[in-house]
Amino acid sequence: MTAVLEATGLGKRYGRRWALQDCNFAVPEGKVVGLVGPNGAGKTTLLHLAVELLAPTTGSISMLGHPAGDHPSQLSRVGFVAQETPIYSQLSVAKHLRMGALLNPNWDADMAENRIRQLGLDPRQRAGSLSAGQRAQLALTLATAKRPELLLLDEPVASLDPLARREFLQELMEVVAKHEVSVVLSSHLVADLERVCDFLVVLVASRVELAGDVSELLASHRRLSGPRREAGSLPAGQDVIAESHTDRQSTFLVRTDEPVLDPAWTVAPVSLEDLVLAYMSKARDGQPARRTQLEVLR
Amino acid sequence: MIEFQLDTASGVATYLQLVQQVHQALRLGLLEPGDQLPTAQQVVAKLAINPNTVLKAYRDLEREGLVRARPGQGTFVVGSLPRTDPKTQARLIASMTAWLRSARDAGLGPDEIEAVYRNAFRNCFAEGVA
Repeated sequence: MTAVLEATGLGKRYGRRWALQDCNFAVPEGKVVGLVGPNGAGKTTLLHLAVELLAPTTGSISMLGHPAGDHPSQLSRVGFVAQETPIYSQLSVAKHLRMGALLNPNWDADMAENRIRQLGLDPRQRAGSLSAGQRAQLALTLATAKRPELLLLDEPVASLDPLARREFLQELMEVVAKHEVSVVLSSHLVADLERVCDFLVVLVASRVELAGDVSELLASHRRLSGPRREAGSLPAGQDVIAESHTDRQSTFLVRTDEPVLDPAWTVAPVSLEDLVLAYMSKARDGQPARRTQLEVLR
Repeated sequence: MIEFQLDTASGVATYLQLVQQVHQALRLGLLEPGDQLPTAQQVVAKLAINPNTVLKAYRDLEREGLVRARPGQGTFVVGSLPRTDPKTQARLIASMTAWLRSARDAGLGPDEIEAVYRNAFRNCFAEGVA
């Protein structure tokens, strides 16, 4: 299976500051990928490196099997919607579609017009007078009507109200179901992505902290709670991601491929949001969580 | 045709919720052999979930022999599930009620009773899984 997006030793430096360093991950085909991380973690930098708006300082990133910059034509196979869903506010909806048709070799005019009709947008309306939700939908229409194999969306729902957010994700998932396109969407909120993503890349402070298939990640993490115990006393196969203690009780979030058999523990599954937050605070508080004692879960 | 609902607070995996809702509909007789399930596209358009989740649920149901995908047409119900026998259900409710009364008579409050139940439930179903 080819990777639709693969980073190898990828890094980007602005002056003295590393916006992204030592990134390694590979996203298989046909996934909806959530790129999650706090503001300023490097999500936008990563997406801009992918679509060649930036050049990497170290390493490389490849899309659809080709390194960025290798094949000028490969950008026609990718749809990219930058943050704040840029549109031309003076142009009408119809002119946006016309522009899309002129600029893209594989433009699907029927699909674009159908979507505009379904969304109930007036083709004569100027894009600048659309609501935030409608603008996001217009940008998504433009990106999908070029019939890409991969869609990259930078914070597509951040500025939308809950209803527009839901409608946008419904539209997006319909596109995925219909055209079998792979998607990468970034967000600083896990809750936005929980329903739609089946692959997750967690970026914290310029590094990839976690990357993997959502169902595998959920299956391999457990929350253990029971009588007070030190992290060092857990079996070797259980990696402690987060821990918290009171004088009597200990709670651990562990990564393990083995079943937890110790009867002293109450074992519970972990939600995606808790999982991501645990990795984020682990990254923030510095690595060796195994020895430190006072670490909070959130 | 049935319509799927999603309970995001339940902690149950999304594909499993879809599977359970089909099971439930079969047990209640809302779905019968020959009925069509909503297409993946219809489900994602309503619930805003990943299409792979729907396909995974349908594959599970197909493996159980309950539905079959007909290429180009959709997914159709081909099997059925036994409805829980009303007598059995009544018997279980009666014994459960007796147990609850004895717990209450022993001085346990609702929370404690629930804790005992959860413990027993876990021991019964999750042996070795944890």
